Amino acid sequence: MTETPAIEAEGLVKRYGKTTALSGFDLTVPPGVVYGLLGPNGAGKTTAVRVLATLLRPDGGQARVFGHDVQADAAAVRRTIGLTGQYAALDEYLTGRSNLIMIGQLSRLSPRGARRRADELLDRFGLIEAGGRAVKTYSGGMRRRLDLAASLIGHPAVLFLDEPSTGLDPSARALMRDIVRELVADGTTLLLTTQYLDEADQLASRIAVIDGGKVIAEGTPAELKASVGGQRILLTIADGADRFAATLALAPFSTRSISPNGSGRLIEVPVAAADGLATEVLRALDAAGVAVSDISVRSASLDDVFLTLTGHAVEAREETELAQEAAV
Amino acid sequence: MTTATLSPADLATGQNVFTQFLSDVWVLTKRSIARIRREPETLSEVTIQPVMFVLMFAYVFGGAINIPGGGSYHEYLIGGMLGMGLAQTAPGTAVAVVTDMSTGLIDRFRSLPMSRAAVLTARTIADLLTQLIGALVVAGVGLAIGWRVHTSAGDVIEAFALALLFGYAFTWAGVCLGMVLRSPEAAQQTGFVIFLPLTFISSAFVPTQGMPGWLQPIAEWNPLSSLAAACRELFGNPNPAAAVQVWPAQHPELAVLCWSAAMLVVFAPLAVRLYRSKAH
Repeated sequence: MTETPAIEAEGLVKRYGKTTALSGFDLTVPPGVVYGLLGPNGAGKTTAVRVLATLLRPDGGQARVFGHDVQADAAAVRRTIGLTGQYAALDEYLTGRSNLIMIGQLSRLSPRGARRRADELLDRFGLIEAGGRAVKTYSGGMRRRLDLAASLIGHPAVLFLDEPSTGLDPSARALMRDIVRELVADGTTLLLTTQYLDEADQLASRIAVIDGGKVIAEGTPAELKASVGGQRILLTIADGADRFAATLALAPFSTRSISPNGSGRLIEVPVAAADGLATEVLRALDAAGVAVSDISVRSASLDDVFLTLTGHAVEAREETELAQEAAV
Repeated sequence: MTTATLSPADLATGQNVFTQFLSDVWVLTKRSIARIRREPETLSEVTIQPVMFVLMFAYVFGGAINIPGGGSYHEYLIGGMLGMGLAQTAPGTAVAVVTDMSTGLIDRFRSLPMSRAAVLTARTIADLLTQLIGALVVAGVGLAIGWRVHTSAGDVIEAFALALLFGYAFTWAGVCLGMVLRSPEAAQQTGFVIFLPLTFISSAFVPTQGMPGWLQPIAEWNPLSSLAAACRELFGNPNPAAAVQVWPAQHPELAVLCWSAAMLVVFAPLAVRLYRSKAH
């Protein structure tokens, strides 16, 4: 018997005026996994989540959550999902506990059930003491924790986490990761969006890389890494003037074009993994008369996946985004 | 692997669409009341401000205002003040709506299996409660400065009911305003810019007879003039508008009903439509 996927999207399109946020977005998420949507700011991750969470009507395509169409059967989808957005969506003037009780009751819990569930979640998220205070007295990390608690109040089968670690301090981030693992152990399906490659690598069992409003690669982290070549050899040559000779000597080893870096002394060579490769590379460079001051070998990372697939690095975008956030 | 939704034993049972709507409205109205209890200063719009206005107009401007046909300005003032006190809550409504939109709380509500109509309904009901408090404050301060009613209890109740109906309808305009603006500050500013001329170019504080000829029709057709005249008539207070030969001045109660119905018919569906389309 084939399982009903937790989330299915087919050819989703969403435009805002001239901007296309989603341009044929396809996704299939099996139940009970953590699935990562990885992409830079503006790639369409949040738009995709908003469509799947019934907040946004797509201009084209369709999507289902456990078989329920997000447009035709939105009510059934809402009974199935929990959503934590990028900002803590809470009532500032209510206490943390009152917020949870309110959202619990709106999630169709009885008043008593909502109170019990609120206390359970406050305990789990280390907010018992803060639970009696107004949310506006909370720190950013506490708000995010309460927000995550709020999204779990109705025991959702599918949880959307949009940039879950944005604005979290390291301890809250660790708590969040523990909770993600617990939820998956309980059978919850998680769809998390992130621009942090290491986060996707650590948490997600499958990843879709998004750029320009569509999925450009999909697979387990290991599959994605394998798809861009097994390893990288990082070389520092003694004299930048030898760079051309070095590039020529390295060409037979390389699986892709070689990226010379900065001063020209650093060279990164994507290679197929093989025993004794570093020795052969050094021999070839020696034969070409290139002196090497440093050599190291590393496995391909998701950064490499991202760079290879999108042609731009994710880090640079993060920095601009952080600068924008700081400016706000 | 099971794909069923985990369901706790504490689910609310026996709810149909309508009882679910009522339950959600109640939960969200309680939310607004809880806020007022935590921060009573949010009520200053309907408590301190009307008291200040009443005292200023009664004791600073009142002596200089001549009422055609004679009568006490203090008695004249309260009918107008009632309408102003109610209309004045609309910017607050807009601010509350913008705030919920911008914090993402409305997005969260929209992702919950709750009644979609409940969010706006609860907002307007909470504001109606605020307006009721405001009306009682105006009446209280009125009694303190010598305002008296000279009619039956039924007339007085009718006046308050008309005023609250008008206030409730006006709240939907505030909801629409909140839906189209982006920040609470913008809502506050815009509300002020709309609200100030609306209340002052009316017979709320001064009779229209003293206004320049070109302004008189605007003031006479202003819904707040109708509300003020209706209240004055029902309280048995001086009502110079009775001498003005335009339809709303001659039929103030009917005019208030028409204005209220028109605002409800226009702004309530518009607010709902904006709420739905905010899925951007």
